[in-house]
Amino acid sequence: MREITYYPGCSLKDTAKGFEDSALKVSKELDVNLKELSRWNCCGTVYSLTDDNLMKQLGPIRNLIRARDEGSDELYTLCSMCDNTLKRANSLIRGEEDKRDKINNFMDQERDYEGSVEVHHYLELLRDILGWDEVRDRVVAPLESLNVAPYYGCMLTRPKEIGLDDPHEPTVFDELVESLGGTPVDFPYETECCGSYNTVDNEEMVLNKAQTITAGAKKSGADVIITACPLCHFNLDRRQADLLEVAPNHKPVPVIYFTQLMAVAFGYPEVNNFDEHAIDPREALELKTKAGSKR
Amino acid sequence: MDLTNSDRELTAEVEELSGENIFSCYQCGKCSAGCPFTDEMDLLPNQVLRKVQMGDESVLDSNTPWTCASCLSCEVDCPKGNNVPAIMEAIREISLRKNLDRVDLNELKTKELPEIALVSNLRKKTG
Repeated sequence: MREITYYPGCSLKDTAKGFEDSALKVSKELDVNLKELSRWNCCGTVYSLTDDNLMKQLGPIRNLIRARDEGSDELYTLCSMCDNTLKRANSLIRGEEDKRDKINNFMDQERDYEGSVEVHHYLELLRDILGWDEVRDRVVAPLESLNVAPYYGCMLTRPKEIGLDDPHEPTVFDELVESLGGTPVDFPYETECCGSYNTVDNEEMVLNKAQTITAGAKKSGADVIITACPLCHFNLDRRQADLLEVAPNHKPVPVIYFTQLMAVAFGYPEVNNFDEHAIDPREALELKTKAGSKR
Repeated sequence: MDLTNSDRELTAEVEELSGENIFSCYQCGKCSAGCPFTDEMDLLPNQVLRKVQMGDESVLDSNTPWTCASCLSCEVDCPKGNNVPAIMEAIREISLRKNLDRVDLNELKTKELPEIALVSNLRKKTG
């Protein structure tokens, strides 16, 4: 069994529990052991863009130091915001010597960190290490006639230097859906921002965007939308439920994590905690797949 | 154009906070063309950059930097390689460093929000 060090981040232990549970289950099927970093803290969720305030970089860097101290030269993430923040902080350490020195001098209880840990997203494990054939081999309930809208959002592909795929024409989700036996639909909003953290103080803006994105997916024939981001999930799932209160004619599209779609195709739909979702995806999934048929 | 010292101060401050050369922008408008939230903004992103070039402090009252979700679509589209989201962050920081928080924690008490939304919002909108 392949063992990889894994950084869950806060959401996967709470509001995105179904993301973690499904990832653990499908990993086991793929003969991969996700070994959780034994001590981790919040990554900060968003990478700080100011040039002078290095304090905001300490959170993600401390996680990289912990991974190194546990003997890992690779660290895997599932949440796309964690992935982005950890990768960018690592790249700061690698590329800017003066900032690296300042940070290391400040964190004087830790051994200096030079950027030795490689951060990867779980999708990179599937695509680059295991390969899609490995995924295809585990499918027992092919997603036959299921149309899936791949919603990449922002943080998986931007900025270019960090992104795991082309920022304008990403394909990794499409490849995953195909290997699960489903059909990826061409969808004009696949890389358009959902409104992100503005959901806290500008709900209307996010509501409008959730409507545009989900209605666009529906128009493209999608039965379900997949994501790798707990904040996109909240904004598209919960805000769609809010939207239905003011726009009852809206035709909702369920939003699920890509690992939940994998769990369905691998024959373990029960690990997905779909009760947590505001727009229940079960009907859409069961109608169009053999998900109902347990192993 | 007559630039006063205080005008130059704003330009210099934004450049220092963002680490970007603001004068590298030649106003092609590609950032605004690709921005998904221009409907909500009182100034287009390229207009914000122009005002900063001119040292126009009215940019500090614009809602544009606060509407920006740091989605980075302008960054990948900019033909000059400018980090426009970092310039938006610099403008936010000028207010935040004067203790002018954009979000009032007391108003969030009754809202049901996941931690990922709260942490990211408070990192961007409070000092």
